Amino acid sequence: MIEIEGLTKRWPGADRASVEDISLSVPEGTSCALIGPSGSGKTTLLRMVNRLVEPSAGSIRIGGEDARAMDATALRRRIGYVIQEVGLFPHWDVAANIATVPTLLGWDRARIGARVEEVLSLVGLEPARFANRRPHELSGGERQRVGVARALAGDPPVLLMDEPFGAVDPVQRAKLQEEVLRLLQQLRKTVLLVTHDVAEAVRLGDAVALLRDGRLIQHAPAAAMLAHPADGFAAEFLGANRVLLRLALFPLSSLPVRTEPAPGPALPEGATLRDALARMLADGTAAAPLPGGGSITLADLLAFAGRG
Amino acid sequence: MEWLRTHPGLFLGAVGEHLLLSLTGLAIGIALALPVGIAVAHRPRLAEASMMLAGALRTIPSLAVLAALLPLLGVGFTPSVIALALLALPPVLVNTVIGIRTADPAALDAARGLGMTGPQRAVRVELPLAAPLIFAGLRVAAVQVVSAAALATFIGGGGLGDLVTQGLALLDTGRMLVGAIAIALLALGTEAALGMLERHLAARVRGA
Repeated sequence: MIEIEGLTKRWPGADRASVEDISLSVPEGTSCALIGPSGSGKTTLLRMVNRLVEPSAGSIRIGGEDARAMDATALRRRIGYVIQEVGLFPHWDVAANIATVPTLLGWDRARIGARVEEVLSLVGLEPARFANRRPHELSGGERQRVGVARALAGDPPVLLMDEPFGAVDPVQRAKLQEEVLRLLQQLRKTVLLVTHDVAEAVRLGDAVALLRDGRLIQHAPAAAMLAHPADGFAAEFLGANRVLLRLALFPLSSLPVRTEPAPGPALPEGATLRDALARMLADGTAAAPLPGGGSITLADLLAFAGRG
Repeated sequence: MEWLRTHPGLFLGAVGEHLLLSLTGLAIGIALALPVGIAVAHRPRLAEASMMLAGALRTIPSLAVLAALLPLLGVGFTPSVIALALLALPPVLVNTVIGIRTADPAALDAARGLGMTGPQRAVRVELPLAAPLIFAGLRVAAVQVVSAAALATFIGGGGLGDLVTQGLALLDTGRMLVGAIAIALLALGTEAALGMLERHLAARVRGA
């Protein structure tokens, strides 16, 4: 649980605060994506949570504890931290990189070794193959996986991620997003995430917080924000295809099962309403077959999208 | 070569003296430059100032440094060592500062964000990342000092330079050449050996 209240950062000599009076909470085991144009203060806000940036005013509570009253390094060891550039230590192998926080926490060797293997498996890297490799021997995607593993190694309840997939190529990116999403849900971590990509924000964030010029414009569940942008700026920022992004958040089971005949193979398991719409558009039909039999119809889909 | 066969003791003594001069000067130079470099690297103004000072020191010819120390410290081993230490200072200092300042900022941000304290960050991340550049500075300093130690003879510091000056004074070409060639080989050898070590180190740190 992260509770932020009245958080403000004013850099000396700047004419306006880069983060101004933001209050926001991320309930235990959920994720919140911070989005906004560059310079909106989202990274500054994120970096205040683990006090890489000291707030000018306001409070941060993590799991009920006052983060500003804690020793900064002790605080950071309890918060996972993932950045776009990953920042692996090039002179250490993968295992040593992942062991960073456990070592700082003074775990014994056996426990560290076991934990390194565990988190490597969690992020989909075979321990025997990767533990002794050096960062320069890894692909971009593998490097980012190691970055996530390193952040998870100390088993922190809270995770901060700053553009975690920004440096990964698009093909790897979708796969990585999918896996990390599944992982975070499985581990019930509380996550605060910065991204400039609306699609990534709504995919990874249970809630989305939209920032502009250091102020919080809107904070809402992802689907709700896509359906009801707070103002013109929000609508513009979320983009014209926000309707499609929203449909991608709902499983096929969101619509009633009909018996209308639908040609072609059934939609894959785990498909979303957006996939169903794409299929209907591609085939020029008004219904799409479900994997378990039956179909969903375009009429239901339109009604669903219109309800918001 | 004839001279070398007849005076092996003199030659070895001069080599020993030369190495002692060089190593002592180098060690003192490094012992001063490294901590200063580490201390100023994160203070932009101090870092600029110390690099400018180092740059100025670098432009003064070695012989001039020796000559300038003569009235202050007299002649002999000690002033020679001090002059050599002054010569070793700039390359090590400049490379330490640059090495630390160009260390991967993402790695440093991660180190901080994961909860390393300042000293932990310096020892575990910053210095290892700066090591190849620091070592390159050390190599430059070592070669410079080994060459410049030949000039110590002018203020009575001894070393292989003695053979050259004696050879010149006695019109003994053999003696002079042995001294000159030995100095050149020593400098080349230092460069080659440390260059190899440097590449090895860079490969270990950067993995290139």
